[in-house]
Amino acid sequence: MPKVKFDILESACIPLPFENVDTDQIIPARFLCATSRQGFGDNLFRDWRYSKTGEKNKEFVLNNSVYKGKVLVAGKNFGSGSSREHAVWAIFDYGFRAIVSSFFADIFMNNALNNGLLPIVIPDDLLKKLHDLIQQNPDTKVRIDLEKQIFTILPSGDSVIFEINPYKKECLLKGLDDIDFLLSLKSEITGYEKNQSIAK
Amino acid sequence: MKSKTLFDKIWDSHVVRSIEDGPDVLYIDRHYIHEVTSPQAFNGLKERGIPVFRPAKTLATADHNIPTKDQHLPIRDELSRNQVERLSENCKKYGIELFGLNNPKNGIVHVIGPELGYTLPGMTIVCGDSHTSTHGAFGTIAFGIGTSEVEMVLATQCILQPKPKKMRITLNGKLHKGVTSKDIIMYIISEISASGATGYFVEYCGSAISSLSMEGRMTICNMSIEMGARGGLIAPDETTFEYLKNLPSIPGIKDIKSSVSEWKTLRSDSGAVFDKELNFDAVSIKPMITYGTNPGMGMTIDGSIPMSDVNGNEASESFIKSLDYMGFKPGMKLLGHPVDFVFIGSCTNGRIEDFRAFAELIKGRKKAKNITALIVPGSKKVEEQMVAEGLIEVYKSAGFEVRQPGCSSCLAMNEDKIPQGKYAVSTSNRNFEGRQGPGARTLLASPLTAAAAAITGRITDPREFVNE
Repeated sequence: MPKVKFDILESACIPLPFENVDTDQIIPARFLCATSRQGFGDNLFRDWRYSKTGEKNKEFVLNNSVYKGKVLVAGKNFGSGSSREHAVWAIFDYGFRAIVSSFFADIFMNNALNNGLLPIVIPDDLLKKLHDLIQQNPDTKVRIDLEKQIFTILPSGDSVIFEINPYKKECLLKGLDDIDFLLSLKSEITGYEKNQSIAK
Repeated sequence: MKSKTLFDKIWDSHVVRSIEDGPDVLYIDRHYIHEVTSPQAFNGLKERGIPVFRPAKTLATADHNIPTKDQHLPIRDELSRNQVERLSENCKKYGIELFGLNNPKNGIVHVIGPELGYTLPGMTIVCGDSHTSTHGAFGTIAFGIGTSEVEMVLATQCILQPKPKKMRITLNGKLHKGVTSKDIIMYIISEISASGATGYFVEYCGSAISSLSMEGRMTICNMSIEMGARGGLIAPDETTFEYLKNLPSIPGIKDIKSSVSEWKTLRSDSGAVFDKELNFDAVSIKPMITYGTNPGMGMTIDGSIPMSDVNGNEASESFIKSLDYMGFKPGMKLLGHPVDFVFIGSCTNGRIEDFRAFAELIKGRKKAKNITALIVPGSKKVEEQMVAEGLIEVYKSAGFEVRQPGCSSCLAMNEDKIPQGKYAVSTSNRNFEGRQGPGARTLLASPLTAAAAAITGRITDPREFVNE
């Protein structure tokens, strides 16, 4: 697992104002054949970015050079469907470091936090306001302060506290690895097994 | 003593350590792995130079990427072949039991686990696949995980998980003829939406649930993820114990009687409190079909597509985009709409009872000329049983070719793809855009509804056949 640190991020945004974007859109199943974690960014939203014949779909936001940034501003219920962590790898590999929505699917949120991609939940109305601002000005910037858990839309000054699991926050701020933590608990784990008489 | 839910009983007894303001360290009794979500996890172990901690609690299969024809030949697709070979190498290196391609126990992970006795009441079970919730049918806490978590479990047999909230869904009453467990879960998801249970672990109960067979229960638990639930379980009972007693063997258990008396304690206490409770009446359920691009966009087979999305928004961009993709319009009826493909299989409906039901409907009839059918058993054992019961002959006589086991068309990682723009009535679990192939138009349904469509070539109410 990459030891990614997250602290403060100030960036312009790339808007994807669709609801219920599922993991089959984020990374279609035919791209899950890789045996490493690299290179998934090329196939992020593949079937929306490219036509069947391989031409770039000019209308899709990732092909519109007016939008740049490390923050993906999505619609409600982002990341539903499969547990494929490849979806997060694709988003991270493409260059995003945070996703903003009013609702994330559980498994996706977990996978994101495990890979240094910060999912930020903001209220529905603020999400709509942000999309409107981006539409008016593609350069709209946001500021994410993980330590203070503050999300700010810079041009309007709208600011909100976002929720994050304290343990995950600590791991992200310090670049800590879950597996190193679990490996440090080995004797506790074998102790548990003995108590349950299930060590085999 | 405080009343506890079954979920709490299993969860609490598996916590190795609770992190303050953080997740629980949860011990995992059974770890299922397959070729698609494991390679990077094994790479991680290699990089750390550590072994698999408990190989005996791990079981592997090759299912997602494999072909469903000519399995005796080398896999043609290079990437698929590479992934499957990688799994074999990793299992050999780390001492993990693998039921690989051509092994008589091979099949879809959530079909083989239960049928081989690896899934038992009271267990915590994980797998790098969201339909791991299937195993909840045996009274287990079973859920899907990402590859980083697969690595965690391989390394330490534990996972870090925040404890979800608890929901109870009670379904009472008697199902009408022609209505199946698939229709039950599709109905529930259509009522509460594809995100209606996000953050919750669901327990299903009620007379309509307890009257289901184990396979029927597996279908229900399988699709819990499609309403956003972390997982779903059903308390074990006599049906569960009979199923397990009838298995040829159960790894690690010599005397099932003493296990059964332990398993009988696995119930929610009366008075146990759930964070949310929902009630449904089985009598209201009819055969279902989806019309949109998420499993929540479902309706009765004889119904009309709604005029607006679940929030009453006619102009919802997602709603319009979804119907456009499907080539449908608001208010449209689907009965009689021609279809092109029928797929029966997957971890949702790829078991022997599903193939029996499909066979019963098609017996003595012929496949419609405009239909291409993919008939894919969930495992080698299911395939064997189909042969033993004479079902293969029934399928053949009706003009259907039975393939070999695998995930196949459900997610179409292999060549079993539905072509652009074509309609497929599918017994699988997801109808997302492009799920069964770029541009494919999936209509989720039960095995009976799929069988009816296969015979008529159109979306058909299976009750027409069942009541004859």
